[in-house]
Amino acid sequence: MRTVINWLENRTGLETAIKNFLYEDIPASAGWHQIIGSMAVFFFVIQVFTGGLLAFNYAPTPGEAYNSVKYIMTELTGGPLIRGLHHWGASMMLIIVVLHMIQVFLYGAYKKPREATWMAGVTLLLITLAFGLTGYLLPWDNRAYWGTVVTTQIASQAPLAGPYLLRLLGSQGDVGNVTFSRFYALHTVLLPPLTIILIGIHIYLVRKHGVAPAPGDTAPKRKFFPEQVFRDTVGVAVAFIILFIMAVVAKVPLERLADPTDTAYIPRPEWYFLFLFQSLKFFQGPLEAVGSVVLPGVAVLTLFLIPFIDRGPMIRLGKRTFAISFVVLAAIAWTGLTTAAVITTPKNQESVEEPAATSEPETLSTPIPNPPSLTPAVTAVTPGRAASPAPEIAEWQRLTAPELVGLADFKKEGCTGCHPGAGKNGIGPDLTTMPAAHRMVGWMVPHFKNPSQIVPGSAMPQIDLPDADLNGLSLFVLKLTPKNEEALESAPAFVLQGAIVFQSNHCDACHQINGSGSTLSPALDGVGLRHDRDWLEKHFANPASVSKGSIMPAYKFSAADLDALCKYLLQLPGRV
Amino acid sequence: MDQPNQVPAAAGDVSPTRRRFYILFINGVMGLVGLALSIPAAIYLLFPPKLRKRQEWVETADLATIPSGTPTEISFRRTRVDGWKVTNVKDAAWVVKKPNDDVVAFAPVCTHLACAYHWDDPSHTFICPCHGSVFSIDGKVLSGPAPRPLNRLMTKIQGGKLQIGPVEPRA
Repeated sequence: MRTVINWLENRTGLETAIKNFLYEDIPASAGWHQIIGSMAVFFFVIQVFTGGLLAFNYAPTPGEAYNSVKYIMTELTGGPLIRGLHHWGASMMLIIVVLHMIQVFLYGAYKKPREATWMAGVTLLLITLAFGLTGYLLPWDNRAYWGTVVTTQIASQAPLAGPYLLRLLGSQGDVGNVTFSRFYALHTVLLPPLTIILIGIHIYLVRKHGVAPAPGDTAPKRKFFPEQVFRDTVGVAVAFIILFIMAVVAKVPLERLADPTDTAYIPRPEWYFLFLFQSLKFFQGPLEAVGSVVLPGVAVLTLFLIPFIDRGPMIRLGKRTFAISFVVLAAIAWTGLTTAAVITTPKNQESVEEPAATSEPETLSTPIPNPPSLTPAVTAVTPGRAASPAPEIAEWQRLTAPELVGLADFKKEGCTGCHPGAGKNGIGPDLTTMPAAHRMVGWMVPHFKNPSQIVPGSAMPQIDLPDADLNGLSLFVLKLTPKNEEALESAPAFVLQGAIVFQSNHCDACHQINGSGSTLSPALDGVGLRHDRDWLEKHFANPASVSKGSIMPAYKFSAADLDALCKYLLQLPGRV
Repeated sequence: MDQPNQVPAAAGDVSPTRRRFYILFINGVMGLVGLALSIPAAIYLLFPPKLRKRQEWVETADLATIPSGTPTEISFRRTRVDGWKVTNVKDAAWVVKKPNDDVVAFAPVCTHLACAYHWDDPSHTFICPCHGSVFSIDGKVLSGPAPRPLNRLMTKIQGGKLQIGPVEPRA
């Protein structure tokens, strides 16, 4: 061991360098209050480490990004822990950086000759915020997307520079591919080396000027190692234990895939930006830019220039009443604004609870009011001989023929393979809790035809069916609610087959079932209450023979089709 | 923080016992933090992803269309879980149908370094072009560097169609 070290020392001088670093002279007054800077460096190292690990399983394009984060969270052992460390580490790093700054501010350690150290520090604070802002977009979920939409819009309000800033962020039109790539590049390519350089400068300056002593500290200097390093280590250990517990216990959110059409979503920034978010509410109209850009800009500038504003000699902490009250006031203002923001922003519903337009659940189980003897039983094919206990209308009996065809396609295409339902997300999301913006045929049909064009990064295969079928499929999916999905999907095969025959022969051009179809001819609801199988078959063969004056053309079906169609028609419930 | 036991004379500002305790504490805590980061990292990188349900059996050609006795390469599409993506990829197998309609299917790559091999009718063997491994019609290694016989795929016949499944576990 010693030989290796000696060799290294001879060739590189590494040992001397480490010793020089560790045996730095520090003032005798140095102590616990000066451990925060080391903690900040430690947290930066954790962020680099966990960030690199995340990048090993991350696809940096919109959509794909979401899928890969989901993969990290659900498929990889230790994935949630690593993401938890990175996510909560970011928040803790910011807290630590701010605490470090407050400490330096309170002690007046920014004063001559340490102005440059302070300004490098303020830059590091801004970089930490930039890390938070850019990293926020990378999971590409709704939270990320909408948070960034608001951020870029705020940037656009900057006087004069606004439009250029927006262009630089790649989001003149929308937050999309370009903005995403720029944020990713900032977060992983540009900011980390910049941080390392600035930390280097910052530490170099600390070394150059020495750790700021308390006023009147003339005691002999001490060494950085091991006493102060011990204190730093205690600080690091405590912070790391908190971080680790957070990463294990607190679930890092991953919401739905970013959805630019989700009008119900309430964007909200990361917690440490909430105060800005809230203070914007005090400025309206043309004054908005004052709240969003001018005031924060002035605040940052003031922060930079503090060493030049406060130029008096260093005095004892106890006598710095102005500095103390300033910090206290700022803390109160920050807490007040953040609390107000938390209270006034309503919580986002992760799932849309009730579908927009569908049958009312309460009435679904209500027995139909017809006398039981006349009710077509669910299973009885011959009416009039209904089963004894009053049968209720099954949920699937309320579906229209196009919806039943949609259900048939739903089963045939194996939709449940990826959309397992029952409140669970599979590879695809739970269809019963889709956002309102997707609950329309006009959204779904294009999505079926080309999933990844409508939802970037969607892993769903194209559904290769005629338009009429896609329409029916949409109509059926729209009917799905958490309560009825199982009941709907239990529709017997003969009903689906019958509905397919019904639709493919365009029966709905004249007849109505469950309110769908034309009213030209009699509605077929409850046709089994009025006629039997024999009558139906005769009717198809020659309508006028059993129904005087009927204008319906004769239909010749294959035996199987006729059977399915008759069974389907005879089970139809009467209109309630 | 290597070998801090080399105390420079000027550093004697704490008692030696205290100093020893500090150094032990620093090294111990930093070591624990290092473990707490590197063990999850190793698990995260080395453990395979939790398996997702995947389509195991694929319907391929009509049994009747497969010639008897001569190995035939059939291609089909299979769903593959590729990291965070489920893709539908083209896959292939070499199929040998015996006169009694028994079917053996071989995975289409050599067991040496996974090159694609082909059936050489004149010599009645499978030949791998990369390093010259030669396999018999029942997949046994005849010569070359291949360490194992060809991997067999599970097969079953359903409704006159040949279904191909995952690789058969080796006996």
